[in-house]
Parts: sequence; structure tokens; C-alpha cells
Amino acid sequence: MKTLKEVANGQTVTVSKVCGEGAIKRRIMDMGITKNVSVYVRKVAPLGDPIEVTVRGYELSLRKSEAEMIMVN
Amino acid sequence: MEKLRIALVGNPNSGKTTLFNELTGANQTVGNWPGVTVEKKEGVLKGHKDVIIADLPGIYSLSPYTLEEVVSRKYIIDEKPDAIINIVDATNIERNLYLTTQAMELGIPVVIALNMMDRVEKSADKIDINALSKKMGCKVVGISALKKTGIKELCEIAIDLAKNAEGQEAIKFSPETEEVITKIENLLSEDVDARIRRWLAIKNFENDKEVAAQTREMLEIIKAYEEKMDDDGESIITDERYTAITTILKDCYQKEKKKMTTSDKIDRIVTNRILALPIFVLIMIGVYFVTVTTIGTIVTDFTNDVLVGEWIQAPISAGLESIGCADWLNGLLVDGIIGGVGAVIGFIPQMIILFFFLAILEDIGYMARVAFIMDRIFRKFGMSGKSFIPMLIGTGCGIPGIMASRTIENQRDRRMSIMTVTFMPCGAKLPIIALIAGAVFNGTWWVAPLAYFIGIAAVVITGIMLKKTRLFAGEAAPFIIELPAYHIPIGRNIGRSIFDRTWAFAKKAFTVILITSVLIWFLTSFGVEGGFHMVEDVSESMLYNIGNAVAFIFAPLGFDQWQSVAATVTGLAAKENIVGTFGVLTSIGDADVATEMVDNVDVAGLAPIAAIFGSKLAAMSFMIFNLLCAPCFAAMSTIGAEMRSKKWTAFAIAYECGFAYLISLIVYQVGRLVQGYGFGVGSVFGIAGIVFLVFMLVRKPSKGVKIETAANAA
Repeated sequence: MKTLKEVANGQTVTVSKVCGEGAIKRRIMDMGITKNVSVYVRKVAPLGDPIEVTVRGYELSLRKSEAEMIMVN
Repeated sequence: MEKLRIALVGNPNSGKTTLFNELTGANQTVGNWPGVTVEKKEGVLKGHKDVIIADLPGIYSLSPYTLEEVVSRKYIIDEKPDAIINIVDATNIERNLYLTTQAMELGIPVVIALNMMDRVEKSADKIDINALSKKMGCKVVGISALKKTGIKELCEIAIDLAKNAEGQEAIKFSPETEEVITKIENLLSEDVDARIRRWLAIKNFENDKEVAAQTREMLEIIKAYEEKMDDDGESIITDERYTAITTILKDCYQKEKKKMTTSDKIDRIVTNRILALPIFVLIMIGVYFVTVTTIGTIVTDFTNDVLVGEWIQAPISAGLESIGCADWLNGLLVDGIIGGVGAVIGFIPQMIILFFFLAILEDIGYMARVAFIMDRIFRKFGMSGKSFIPMLIGTGCGIPGIMASRTIENQRDRRMSIMTVTFMPCGAKLPIIALIAGAVFNGTWWVAPLAYFIGIAAVVITGIMLKKTRLFAGEAAPFIIELPAYHIPIGRNIGRSIFDRTWAFAKKAFTVILITSVLIWFLTSFGVEGGFHMVEDVSESMLYNIGNAVAFIFAPLGFDQWQSVAATVTGLAAKENIVGTFGVLTSIGDADVATEMVDNVDVAGLAPIAAIFGSKLAAMSFMIFNLLCAPCFAAMSTIGAEMRSKKWTAFAIAYECGFAYLISLIVYQVGRLVQGYGFGVGSVFGIAGIVFLVFMLVRKPSKGVKIETAANAA
């Protein structure tokens, strides 16, 4: 079990659980990162944070601190 | 006949603005949602005088966590529009339908406007609209807001639903979850409207802080199910919604294997790890040069000097003189009113250029990438990556800088940007810097860079300080943003955006700014000593009396001469007036002469100005105060317009003045100590100022303030 933060560029993973609570967790899930969805890690911003992923057919950007809340297989 | 009201609901980047403009044409009114600072747009449906379209904010969800979402939800629940048009981006259908599943539960009939069908048809993707409509249980119309297809059918269906329908069956979840929701629904009070019973049951299950009011029995049911699913109610429902969408789309949507689109190719270069920053810098330099230095300056100078000065002021003044008009009336009309408003109008061409660039950057999708690239730096100061643009523009002129803050969605980030933009030395402050550098510091090279450094430091210190206070408290704003696909800018939208923003500013120019310019003119042109009369010399004017009366306030900062106070006051009308005022007060000459001497750094000629200040330190303190304190009236009223709150506007201006006072105090008092003037009462205040500042910077955040620390961000 690892978090989305640790996934290398260019890899596709499946979400197993979203941790945390409240606004940030809800926002992550509202944007389509829910259980069993597949997420492709596209790139890291030039300054090292945030990251860009492809999920449900669109591009999403999130900070590494937020990616850390997403458990993946 | 009662008017029909239709709400337009949809995700950001779904083409909602284009559709709204298409539906309503020019018949739009822009205001505020009651009590909050979210923009509210309404318009009359083209060809249907009795139908009003309300454009709700662009949102991804109806969660209780953001202002925009709460406003949208309240509108639908409390105001009960007759129908909802839910615009869905067909090229991003999965996530867009998520909002639809929530909108359908609110007891209002929904029609899905499946936008960008032209692009889907061109691609290899396939959407079976009939099947989708059947599965979703609501009407679906394929449209293209851009190509204007399907709009008529959409309107007909929406009006028909508004007149005849009562709502629809909501999207069903898994049998286990449905069972729990039904149980909660049965426990709700009898009084609850049948149309929103399911919605309220779900909200109770989610423990939605805005509406949930669970009975003990409900809580037991919820707790048991949460334990079984090993997740909280809110997340269970979100999961269910996406699962339902995936199931529905399986039968009516075919997506070809994702190829590299043009947008992907552009993005690969534009946000490339190595190329992103150079490209960003090039784009920003381009925007800055065109808006602030080259074309911007040319058009501003033209409007100010030629259009207003030569073509309007001069002939009117001559005309008034020729008909024997009283001097005071001539002065009021020409210098007070036309001069004051004209100075502000002069910014409009520059603003149009800036808004043009902003609209393009937003419309093509680059603005989201700016946030993506700059986020790392700006979030440390409680700002958004998008704050970079307001700051940059602010070095040209604070007014468009403040207005550029509009592109920041998060309210706290936006407020922080608005408050700090005018710390950057704008074009009108450059003459002040040049004056002090020339008159007092023999034209030393380091004064100007120092001024920029002070500006940047003020922004950073304010950001770090304020994000720890209760005012900017609350959960750290998540940075989970969509990076929309790049597309070609839409001329109509850009034109509209430029017009709306410029018009909002122009309206201010004719109200607040008009009144304040007349007031300043009045104070400088009339004196009360020896009877109320018009004066030629400012030193006989009311401004002299005011300057003298309040000068003591500035004594701790080292500039308690009435001249510097008077100059500061005239600087409120326009910062460059400070130089002109000094010119007049020292009889070096009028504004133009003084400015020229500053430009050419005639140190000897400027000696009378240097003589006003007691010391170099006092002059430095004066400069810092004027760089940081409240900006000109035009900028202040822009802060008011963008804050959309009197309380926040007052706070911003008071904070700026207070901060300026504190920094000048520290510089002057500690400077004197260093120079060996001995320890006095002032030194105590100066040192106390430093201690206070350091404390505010390093202290722990106020209660309830969650701050991202370097540890959990790294």
C-alpha cells in the first residue's frame, strides 16, 4: 500500500482509499478520485509541487500534501 | 403573468458563460448574491420576455464547503426556480454528470444541455443521447454553445419543463445504501416537502453541516452503516454517485482509447519541467511590456495629456474664460471635475489592453497553468499561484492589478492579493522615489531597487502575518484544480469580459472618484484665513491648516512638517501629485518643472525640497510611508469594488496605512538609534515595533487556523 504522492511519473495506479476528512477529502472525491478509479500520474510542476494527474478522462492538479491522502495499489 | 425562472448550473470550463451569453444576449444584470461576495448574473431569455435565466456560479459539486456551492444550493432550495438547465461538457462527461446527480435530487425538473457535441462528433467518441436520457431519467439535448446549435430545442424543453414538470426520479445507488436512505427518509418529519425528502435524507446521512439535523435513531442507522462500509457517510455517497455514473455510461458512451490530442501536445511543452518557467517568464514579460510599458504608456499618456489635457481641458477652460466665467467655477470644472475624472479615465485604455490579455489567458486555459507553475511559491504567503499576475501588473498600476485578482477563485487568497497588490511601487510612485533619491540622496542608484525590495517584502510579510490571524482562518484551501484542455479563444466571450470589467471601473470613476477629486481640489484651492477665499498658493489653503493640525501624528515617523503631510494628502488623489505639490510648495515651480528636475536629477535645484525634511532618515521614512500607505482614491475604490464588502475594504485600507506607519516608525526610530542620537521614547516604540512584527511572523497560528507547514507539504 502506498500513496499517490509516491507514484512515479508516467505510471497508472488504482485508488484504494481516500483518507482524511472534511473539505479536502470531499473535494478530492468530488473531482472524481474515488475508490477503484484509475489515475495516471502525468507530471510534476517545475518547482516540484503540485503534480498533474489524468483521472476520468481529464487533467487534474493537486498538491503533494493532498496526494498523500490518496492510497493506491 | 408570473415570470418563469430557469437556473443555469454547470462545472467551470463547461461552456456555461458562452451558453448564458447565447441565451440572454445583451439583457444581463450583474450583481451580488445576498450577503455574500459571489457574483450573481441574471438575464432575460432571448425571444421570451417572461423567462429569466439565473446563471449560478461554476461549480463541481453541491457540497457545503465552498461559498459558491452553498450559494447555488440555497438558491435552488429556497428560491425554487421552475427548471434547471444543467450544462454538461460532453468531452468530459463522467465528472460533469456528477453534479447532475446532485442537481436532480433537488425537486426541480432538470434538462441536460450536453455541450461541445460538435467536438465529440468530430472525434472517435460516441454518445447515445437517447440512451443517456433514458438511463439518467431526464431530458438530454445535444448542443454546441460555440456553434449555436441545439439552443432552440434546449429552450423549448426547458420552458416546457418549467411550466409542466415537478422534478424527476433521482439516480439510484446500490440496494444497501438505498435501504439506509429510505430508513432515514421515513424518520423525517411529515412536514418535509415530498420533492426534497430524499435529498434531505441524503444530507442527513452525509452529516452535511448546513442542513443535517439527525435524530438519535437516524444517527444509529448511519453509524452502523458507516462501520460496515469502513468510511464516512459523505464519502459513501460520493462513491455511489460515481459508481452510478460509470454504470450508466457503460451502455451509452464509447470513448476511443486516449490519443495525444493537440491540447496534450501543447501542454507537454508549456508545463514541461524545464521549459515551463522560461515560457512563463516570456509570456509575463510580453504581457507586462505591452500593458505597462509600451502600448499601455502610449495610450495612457495620450488620453491624459492630449485627449483630456489638450482637447478637453484647454478649450473648455479657454471657452469659460472667454464668457467671463468665475475663476472658481472654471477651476472646479476644469481642474477638479474634468482633471480628476480625466486622470482616472486615462487608465481605461491601458485597462482594456490588460483585460484583453487576462481574458485570453483565462479563455485558452493558461491561467490554470500559471497557478500550477507558481503555486509552490505563493502558497507560503497565503496566496494563490495566480497572485503572481496581479503583483506583476501592480508594478505598472495598482488598479488593473487589483482587478486582475478576479481570476483567483478562492476568496481568502483573493482578498490577500487585493490587499497587497498596491504595496508594489506602481508607475505613479516612481516620481516619488526619483524625487527622494534625487533631492535627498544625491541620485544614488540604490533607492529605486530598495523601493521594489520594500514592496516585495511588504507583500511577503503581510502574507505570512495575516494567514496566521483569525481573519484568514479556516481550513487551508485545497489546491485541487482542473487543468482544462487548451482551446482557441472565443472572441465573443473575450469582448464581453473586457467590456464588463472596464465598465465596472468606469462607473466608479464617475462616482466615488469624482467626489474625492473635487474635495481635494477644494482643499487645495481655497483658504479660510482672513475669510473664505480662493488661493493661488497652497500654503494659504485649507490643506495648510489640515496639514498643520495632523502633522503631530507623523512626528514619530520624522516628517511632521505640514508640507509633507499636505503632499501625502494630495497623493491620495494621484500619487504623482506628491512631487507636484513639493514643486509648488518650494516654489521650484509647478508640477511639470519639478517632474522634469526629478527626471534629470538636478540635485542642486532640488535642494529646497531636501531642506523640508529634517534629515535623510526622515525623507526615507516619508518615502516608505507613501509607498506603502493607502493607494490613490481610484485604487481604493477599486479595492472596494473587488472586495464587494465595506468591512473588508475598510480593513484593507486601514491595514495598509497601519503597516506603512509601523514600518516607517521602525525605520526612522531604529535608524536614529543606529546613527547615535541616543535612546529615547521613540526608540522604545521603534524596538517595540520590531518585536511586534517578529512576533506576528513567528507565532503559532490562531485557533482554528490550519496552515500547511513545510513538513506536510514537502
